[in-house]
Amino acid sequence: MDYLDHLEAEAIYILREVAGQFENPALLFSGGKDSITLVHLAKKAFRPGKFPFPLVHIDTGHNFPETISFRDQLVAELGEQLIVGYVQDSIDQGKVVEQTGKNASRNALQTVTLLDTIEQYGFDACIGGARRDEEKARAKERIFSVRDEFGQWDPKRQRPELWNILNGKINKGENVRVFPISNWTELDVWNYIKRENIALPSIYFSHQRDVVLRNGQWMAAAPFLQIDGTDTVDHKSVRFRTVGDMTCTAAVDSEAVELDDIIEEIRSSTISERGARLDDKVSEAAMEERKKQGYF
Amino acid sequence: MDILKFITAGSVDDGKSTLIGRLLYDTNSVLDDQLEAIKKANRKNNDGTVDLAILTDGLKAEREQGITIDVAYKYFQTERRKFIIADAPGHIQYTRNMVTGASNSDLIVILVDARKGVIEQTKRHSFLAKLLSMKKVLVCVNKMDMVDYDQQVFTNIKADYEQLADRLGLENVDYIPVSALKGDNIVHKSVRMTWFEGEALLDYLEKVEFPEAKLSKGWRFPVQWVVRPQTEDLHDYRGYAGRVLGSGLRVGEEVIILPSGVQSIVDRIEINQQAFTEAENGQSVIVHLSTDVDISRGDTIISAAHPTHSDRSFEANISWFDSKPLDTAQLYLLQHHSKTVKIKVPEVLYKYDVNTQEQHYGSDIKLNDIGKVFIKAADEIPFDLQVDFPENGRAIIIDPRTNITVGAITIEQVA
Repeated sequence: MDYLDHLEAEAIYILREVAGQFENPALLFSGGKDSITLVHLAKKAFRPGKFPFPLVHIDTGHNFPETISFRDQLVAELGEQLIVGYVQDSIDQGKVVEQTGKNASRNALQTVTLLDTIEQYGFDACIGGARRDEEKARAKERIFSVRDEFGQWDPKRQRPELWNILNGKINKGENVRVFPISNWTELDVWNYIKRENIALPSIYFSHQRDVVLRNGQWMAAAPFLQIDGTDTVDHKSVRFRTVGDMTCTAAVDSEAVELDDIIEEIRSSTISERGARLDDKVSEAAMEERKKQGYF
Repeated sequence: MDILKFITAGSVDDGKSTLIGRLLYDTNSVLDDQLEAIKKANRKNNDGTVDLAILTDGLKAEREQGITIDVAYKYFQTERRKFIIADAPGHIQYTRNMVTGASNSDLIVILVDARKGVIEQTKRHSFLAKLLSMKKVLVCVNKMDMVDYDQQVFTNIKADYEQLADRLGLENVDYIPVSALKGDNIVHKSVRMTWFEGEALLDYLEKVEFPEAKLSKGWRFPVQWVVRPQTEDLHDYRGYAGRVLGSGLRVGEEVIILPSGVQSIVDRIEINQQAFTEAENGQSVIVHLSTDVDISRGDTIISAAHPTHSDRSFEANISWFDSKPLDTAQLYLLQHHSKTVKIKVPEVLYKYDVNTQEQHYGSDIKLNDIGKVFIKAADEIPFDLQVDFPENGRAIIIDPRTNITVGAITIEQVA
């Protein structure tokens, strides 16, 4: 088998283990390329049957409009259930307080909405598109990663995971995050998207856009971004390498309009994928700390 | 392009993390922002060069203490192969992590310090490699820079290791002298060890192939999930989803369903809703049978020509991961592919001293211990002996009170 066949077979195996071992799983769908790839893999795992789980999107309210319309169209084509948890609801209920100032982002608030949504629907397993090559805390995460009653990840108490045998047994109140594409790299995902001809939101490809320079990175000039006289606004050819919410995902200069261009761009890139994520730049252990709190 | 999974075994002092860091760094797998983060962390070697070990230390506690606690998976690729490295700590108190990392690898790289030679730890790692049936062992004699790249040092260590390998029954061992710190024989052939005629490490990893399984033992198909759309047009559709172990699964073949023993014939094989006449080892497929049989998750379909054992008791090597010792009176769960059964481990036959490989009788199996036990299951398990069909001769043990994975076994003998 080719390496992509191997990765695909492994991911399908993991998705089926989720279906077989859990009562009430969900697939966390962000509208990014990794979760779109997961949906494609779920089709391969379960069609012609229905998915044994709904798609769950945590909407910060600051998403790219292109992502939301893509999501809605995909769900309509699939004929599967979509559940949306709104960060705005958590704010309105007073569960979280919105950050203020120019660098305000709802990224951190998502964790609360996510944990509330998991509790509200009683999900015992949440499938996510995280990969071990993304970040060094993720490099140590299991494929079946147990979270305690408070949604927390304890890196020192992870279960050993041997061969391909996945232990999905949990205690009441706990749930499991499942990462079927743990062993994929960014380049593997793109090569797979190309091979399988998977459709993506347009913002992954080069386009013209108004962007604002923030902390040395180009951010999409969104209506909820505070822009004043001290900001540099430009109109550039850019694309997004990862798609989080608009307040934490920076654009990269790019002329890549085709998948081949993107693959070439990544091959020759000297900056890592999460280099354009402001949420990871806070500190050396930013991801580890967020994961411990219950982040994706 | 294919995938090679390997584990590196050695301790902090052997320069294991430096070796991995060097492989990543010299294959341009470390990007500018990651390097910048390393420079920021300001960990330097004595000679002022950047400490590459930090590339693999993922957790805050590890960076603070300069040690590796958990298995970290690292990825890089060349034109020829995609590589997955399991970086596991080498200290005895982390045996469970080494076992975990090794279980997910084809090859083990054992690091030996050129100044120290074959030590207790080398023996332990080699013993684990044998127990877990690693397909290949590569001994990297590291820190050659500290012994003036002396050929005699390498030759002596190699001779020592060959004796050890003989004693353990380890086959397929190769040797490379390296300096991870200076980059000798890692990605580029060393100009300081022209006496070494073999390949540099990366070249070796790109080319290494594994010996074919001794003879075909057929295939096993543990059913993970039953696909039943129950729509009007697919009213009678009933497909068994799973991942193939072994080779030779094809349409028309006679099969047995375990544990029921019912026989049937493979009617159709589907991948992504397309029909195939055959399925390969490792493929995730849907299988249809020609007769209407009652099959659910936990059942195993096997080829009638190559039956497995289907027994309730057996002897197994056990590796223990929990701080609570193995309790011979307690009920545990055994997970063997998609099947989970209640078991008891009524008897510890002996415990291994992992350093000397001696067998000790009458001892408890505690955290990080390895031993041989007798297991009794509540139901029949469709297993093979590890020596015959490794993929079907393994299982994990779960403590039903905590749901934690407390041990792993390889099945050695029918009892």
